[in-house]
Amino acid sequence: MLIINCPWCGARPEIEFRYGGEAHVARPADPAAMSDQEWADFLYNRTNPKGLHAERWRHIHGCGRYFNAVRDTVSDFFVTTYKAGEPRPDIGESGQ
Amino acid sequence: MVETTATAEPLAHYPLDALAAGTRAIGAARLTALGPVSRLAFRGREAAIQAAGEAFGVALPREANRRNTANGRHALWLGPDEWILLAPGADPAPLFAAIETATTGLPHSLVDVSARSVTLEVAGSKAAYVLNQGNPLDLSLDAFPVGTSTRTLFHKAEIVLSRITPDTFHVDVWRSFAPYVWEMLEDARRELA
Amino acid sequence: MTNRFRTHSGGRIDRGAPVSFRFDGKTYSGFKGDTLASALIANGVHLVGRSFKYHRPRGFLSAGSDEPNALVNVARDAARMSPNLRATQVELYEGLKATSQNRWPSLGFDAGAANDFVSPFLPAGFYYKTFMWPAGAWKRFYEPKIRAMAGLGVAPTLPDPDRYTQNYAYCDVLVVGSGPAGLAAALAAAESGATVWLVDEQPELGGSLLAERTATIEGKPAQQWLSDTLATLAAKDNVTLLPRTTAFAYFPHNMIALAERVTEHLAAPGADLPRERLWQLRAREVVLATGALERPLVFPDNDRPGVLLADSARTYLNRYGAKPGDRAVIFTACDAGYRTALDLAAGGVAVVAVADLRREVHGELPARALAAGIDVRPATVVTGTTGRLRVSGARLAKIKGGPSVDPVGASETLACDTVLMSGGFTPSVHLFSQSRGKLVWDAASGAYLPGSSVERERSAGACRGITGLQRVLEDGYGQGEAAARASRDASSPARGATPPPGASSKSFPAQADDLGTDGFIGATPHARNPAFTKAFVDWQNDVTAKDITLATREGFRSIEHVKRYTTTGMATDQGKTSNMNTLGIVAEALGESVPKIGLTTFRPPFTPTTFGLFAGAARGDQFDPVRKTAIHDWAAEHGAAFEDVSLWKRAWYFPKALPDGRREDLHAAVARECKAVRSSVGMFDASTLGKIEVVGPDAAEFMNRMYTNAWAKLEPGRLRYGVMLREDGFVMDDGVVGRLSSDRFHVTTTTGGAPRVLAHMEDYLQTEWPELDVWLTSTTEQWAVIAVQGPKAREVLAPLIEGIDLAKEAFPHMSVREGTILGVPTRLFSVSFTGELGFEVNVPAHYGRAVWEAIFAAGQPFGITPYGTETMHVLRAEKGYIIVGQETDGTQVPDDVNLGWAVGKAKKDFVGKRSLARASMSAPDRKQLVGLRTTDPKVVLEEGAQIVADPKAPVPVPMLGFVTSSYYSAVLGHSIALAVIKGGRARIGTRLSVPMPDRVIEVEIVEPVFYDPKGERLNG
Ligand SMILES: [Zn+2]
Repeated sequence: MLIINCPWCGARPEIEFRYGGEAHVARPADPAAMSDQEWADFLYNRTNPKGLHAERWRHIHGCGRYFNAVRDTVSDFFVTTYKAGEPRPDIGESGQ
Repeated sequence: MVETTATAEPLAHYPLDALAAGTRAIGAARLTALGPVSRLAFRGREAAIQAAGEAFGVALPREANRRNTANGRHALWLGPDEWILLAPGADPAPLFAAIETATTGLPHSLVDVSARSVTLEVAGSKAAYVLNQGNPLDLSLDAFPVGTSTRTLFHKAEIVLSRITPDTFHVDVWRSFAPYVWEMLEDARRELA
Repeated sequence: MTNRFRTHSGGRIDRGAPVSFRFDGKTYSGFKGDTLASALIANGVHLVGRSFKYHRPRGFLSAGSDEPNALVNVARDAARMSPNLRATQVELYEGLKATSQNRWPSLGFDAGAANDFVSPFLPAGFYYKTFMWPAGAWKRFYEPKIRAMAGLGVAPTLPDPDRYTQNYAYCDVLVVGSGPAGLAAALAAAESGATVWLVDEQPELGGSLLAERTATIEGKPAQQWLSDTLATLAAKDNVTLLPRTTAFAYFPHNMIALAERVTEHLAAPGADLPRERLWQLRAREVVLATGALERPLVFPDNDRPGVLLADSARTYLNRYGAKPGDRAVIFTACDAGYRTALDLAAGGVAVVAVADLRREVHGELPARALAAGIDVRPATVVTGTTGRLRVSGARLAKIKGGPSVDPVGASETLACDTVLMSGGFTPSVHLFSQSRGKLVWDAASGAYLPGSSVERERSAGACRGITGLQRVLEDGYGQGEAAARASRDASSPARGATPPPGASSKSFPAQADDLGTDGFIGATPHARNPAFTKAFVDWQNDVTAKDITLATREGFRSIEHVKRYTTTGMATDQGKTSNMNTLGIVAEALGESVPKIGLTTFRPPFTPTTFGLFAGAARGDQFDPVRKTAIHDWAAEHGAAFEDVSLWKRAWYFPKALPDGRREDLHAAVARECKAVRSSVGMFDASTLGKIEVVGPDAAEFMNRMYTNAWAKLEPGRLRYGVMLREDGFVMDDGVVGRLSSDRFHVTTTTGGAPRVLAHMEDYLQTEWPELDVWLTSTTEQWAVIAVQGPKAREVLAPLIEGIDLAKEAFPHMSVREGTILGVPTRLFSVSFTGELGFEVNVPAHYGRAVWEAIFAAGQPFGITPYGTETMHVLRAEKGYIIVGQETDGTQVPDDVNLGWAVGKAKKDFVGKRSLARASMSAPDRKQLVGLRTTDPKVVLEEGAQIVADPKAPVPVPMLGFVTSSYYSAVLGHSIALAVIKGGRARIGTRLSVPMPDRVIEVEIVEPVFYDPKGERLNG
C-alpha cells in the first residue's frame, strides 16, 4: 500500500484515496463550440505516458479534497502532490 | 466526546442498543455506545467561518485534522472548508437557528446530521491496538496526539476517529455501519479478554 | 526406538518436558523445544513423504523454512486441519497429530512409485507433450488421474473455525531476521532510541547462533551472548520482539507483511486468541538480515531419506540434540562440511569420510578435521547412494580432472546411514528482490548480492555475502545505526545507500569458524548412465539435472522459460534450495556464465501463507458491512423476506401467514401488496434512497449544471424529478429533488448510486467550478423515509401531521413541506413512484421506527399494507417508470428511456449536454424503451431475454434488444414487461419474438405505461 501525501492532511495510506484519472484536463468553457472530434478528445483521449504522469487523486476517506499528483508510472512512486488549481510543477517528463 | 444519556428520547431507537447491552467487560479496551448528541455539518467560505465559530462558542480549527473544544462543545476539522460541530443534547434546532442567524448572508452551508451517525468509545491501554486492527493510521501519540480528529476507515466502513485522551478514542460512524464497526471492534478486542 | 538418536545432553530442548505426539498413527515422544522434524529424527524416522511426480521416498533435507520434502498435514480436528506444513517448522506440542502426504496406501509402500520406474516416459515438459491427444482426453482422463496421483496435501472440507486478525503497525526500524546481524542491527537501532521491531520466522530468536557450539562473542559463549542480548532488547520499551513471525512480502513504501503464528505451537489454544495475526507494518527503514541458505549438491540419488544438508544436520545435532544417524558420509564443496563433521564427531556420530569436491583442501577447518582423525578425501564426489527407504551407503569416486566436466574414476561404496552435503551458501535475497532492489552477480563469492535499493532498506550480514561472525555482527550493528539515523531524517531519499561493511561504531570481538565463500553451483560430475540416474535439483517438483539439460537441448534458453517448462523452482518452496543449481546447470549446458543466464523473479509470499491470514475478520456476516434501515427490525419482526441492494438489506415482500400455517410465497404476497396500494393504502421503507443536501447561494446554478433539468424556476416547496448524466451523455442517476428554500435543495439518488453521485458532484464542484458558493452534505443516513402510497394515503397521514395542510390545493402533487409528526420534525414530500396518490415522510433516522409504527397503527382502519421492493418494482413498471441500472446500463441517453422531456433544451450547458448533440445520440435505430405484452397473458418473460424479428433467421440471429423488467401484474391480470428495442417506438403495435431454449414467445410492442396512462390517480 502506497503512502500518499495529501496536500491538506499529509502522509496517509493509499486506501483512504481514490484515483481520479489524468490531471489538467479542464472541462472546456464552451462545449457547444467544439467539434465532435475535439469533444471526443476531451472525453476519451489521455496521454498515458511511461514516466511522470500528472494525475488526480481524492482523499475521499479523509479531507475529501481532490488534488493532483505527479507519479512515475514506471516505479509507481510519487514525485510530488499539489492542490487542485495549482499548475503542474516543472519537473520534466520522465523520472528515475 | 459529548456525554449525554439516552433516557430523554422515548421515541428514539439507536442501532447499537441491542449490541451494547450484550458487550463483554474487557478492561484493556472498553467499548461503549455513547448517547445522542447534536451534530451539525458546517461548510463555508472564509467570511462565514469565524461567525459560525462565534455563534457556536468554539472557534473552528484551521489546522488539518484538529479538534477545538470549549464548554462541552467540539468543532472538528474534516476538510479545509468542512467541520462537524458537536453539542450536548438531542435537539439540534436551537443551535442550528443560532448559527444560521449569525451567518446570514455569508456564503455557507449548515446541515443537521444529528441522526446520521452514532458515536462509540474505545478506551483502555490497548485502545489504539484494537483500532489498528481495522484502521491503517499511525495511532502513536506522536503521530495522532490528543485533540486529533479525522475522517478515515475502520475495515470497510468510513469513520471519524478522535483521540480524546491518550487511551480514549471516539468513533463516529454512520448509523447503518455502526453494527458492523461494533462487531469488528468486539472481534478485535476479543484476544484481550 | 524411543529417542535412540538423541544426544545425552545439550541442545535447546527442555529435557524435563517430554511431549508425546503421533505421526502416521504411531506414537512417539519428543521434548518441548523440538520441531516435528527434530523429534522424528531423534526417533530415527527419516522417511516422511513421497515425491510429487515419481512418488520417490523422501526424508528431511533441511531444518528450516527451505524444506522441500517433509510436508505434513497437522490436524487438531476435522476442521482444524492444515496441509503442506513443513515438519521442520512445526513445533511439537502434547498430542500433536501429523500425517505424511502424497502417498497411497502408505508411506512404506506407495502404488504411485511405479511412476519412478516409468520415469523415462515422464521427462521435463511431459505435461505439455503427453496429454495433448486425443482431443478431450485431458478433461476426461488425464487431468483427474494426475490430480489424484500428484498434488500436495488435501484441503480441509469444513469451514475453518479458527480466528485470524490483522493489525496495522508503524515503526522506525524493522529488522528481519534475528541471527547475529539482525540482533546487532536491532541493538544499534534500539540504543539510538528508534522504535524497533525484530521479527524472525523461528520460534526462538537467534538464527544461526542457536546452533553454535564453540563460538564466543565479546568473551562469552555465543548462546550466553544471545540470551543476554535478547534480555537487553526485551527490557527496552522501544523494542518489539516477534518470533514465529515471517516477513513474507515486501510491498511499496516499506510496508512489510508479517505472518505471526500465535497459537500454532500451543496444545490447547484459547478460543479468544487468533490462530495467526497479519501485521501490515510500515517501517521508516528496513534492515534485512535474512542470512543465507545452504545449497544442496546435485548428484545421483541425492534424494534418498537420510541425505540432508550438512549445516541442517549440525542444527539438528547442536540445537535439538538429534543425531541424523550413526554413520555419516559428508559431501562438501566448502568448509561447512568440516564444521558439521567436527560437531558430529564431538556428538558421537561416526564420520565415515568427507568427500570434498575441491581439488585442494586447506584451511583451518579441514586441518582440524584431519587432526581429529577424519578421513578427508579431496577431489572426490559422491556419485550415488544405496538403500531403499533410507540411505545405506554412498558411492565415492575420485575426480580425474576439473570439478565439473571431467570424468570420474572408479567408485567405492561406503556404508553409512546419512549423507550430508554442502554446496556452499546462497545469500537469502528474496525480500530485497521483492522490494525491487537490483541484484548484482558477485563473481568472487559466486552469488547474487543486493545491489542498489529502491526502498528505504539495507541488507546486513550473510544475506549480503558477508562471512565471519565478527564481520557479520559489526556489519549488522553498522546497518542498524545507519537505519536509525536515516529514520530520523524524513527527507532522506527513498533509496537507502548501503554503507560498506565495517562502518560500525562498535566492535564485536568474536571467535568462530569462518566458512568463507567457497561453494559449487550446478550438477556434480559422475560416470553413471544418465538414463538410469536421477540427480535432483528441485526436490519438491521432482526436477532433475537431466530435465534441465533436456530443456536446454530442446531450445529453452531463457531461465524464465526453463523454469516454466521444467517447473523447477515453481513449487511451494519457490526454489529456495534449487534456483542457483538450476542456473549453474543451464549455464554449463549453454556454455554461458551464470550472470548471463539471469535469475528468475522472487515473488511473495516468502513461505506459503494461510487464506485465513488474508481474510482476517472479513468473513461470513462480517465480510462486508450489512446496512440496515431504522425500520429493518420492525420488518423482520413482521416476517419480511429481505433482498440485498448494494450493501443494504431491503424488505423484499411481507409474506402473510396462511390459515394452514404456511406463509404466502413471493407471488401471492406481491399480488396482495399491489392490490392494497392500488385500492387503499400501502407503506414502504424507502430509507435507503441516497440523499444529498445541496446548500449555498449558488445551489440552483450548481443543480442546473449537474442535472439535465432546469432548476432556476423551481419554487421553494416544490419537487422535481431530476436526471443526471455523465459527461458522455449517458444516464447516470435519477431522483426526486425538493427545493426547501432559495439556497437549499434536498436531492435524492438511487440506493446504489448515492456515493457515486456525491463523488461526481464533488468532482465538478471542487475541480471545475470552485468559484460556486455551494456545498454538499450527505444526508442519506440522517433521514428515515416512509412512503405512504394509495388512494387513502392522505386520510392515513392527515391526523398525524402537524403544521402542514395536506389538502390537495394546499399541498399538490410534487411538493415538499416541513412540519412535525408525533412531535418529530419531518420533511413531507407529496410524491409517487406507484402512480397512486402518495407521500414520503422523512424523519430523523432515530425516530424512523416510532413514526413507522404510528403510521401503521393509524392506517389499520384502511387495511394499510406494508410492502417490499418487489411490489415497488411491479407498481412502478405498471407505470413505465424506469429504474436506473435496470432499464439503463450506462449506454442510454435520456430520450432512449423516454426522459427527453426532462432535458432542459434551453439551457446553455449541463454535464453531458455536448455529448447529446452528437448525431449518433439521436439516431432513429437507437434502442428505445417500450412495453411488451405476451400473447399468452400468463407468460412472464425472463429479464435479460433477447428480442428478435425472426427466430428462424440464420445464426447469428440479429438481436434487436432485450427485456429489462418483467412481472406479472395482478392488478391488470396479465404479464407486463419493459424492454429496450432498436427503433422501438416506431415498432409499437408490431410483433416480435423472444426465443427461449424450449420455445419462442411472441410479444407485442406496446406503450410502456400499462396503468392509468393519463396519470389521473396521482392527485387522488
Ligand atoms: Zn486529506
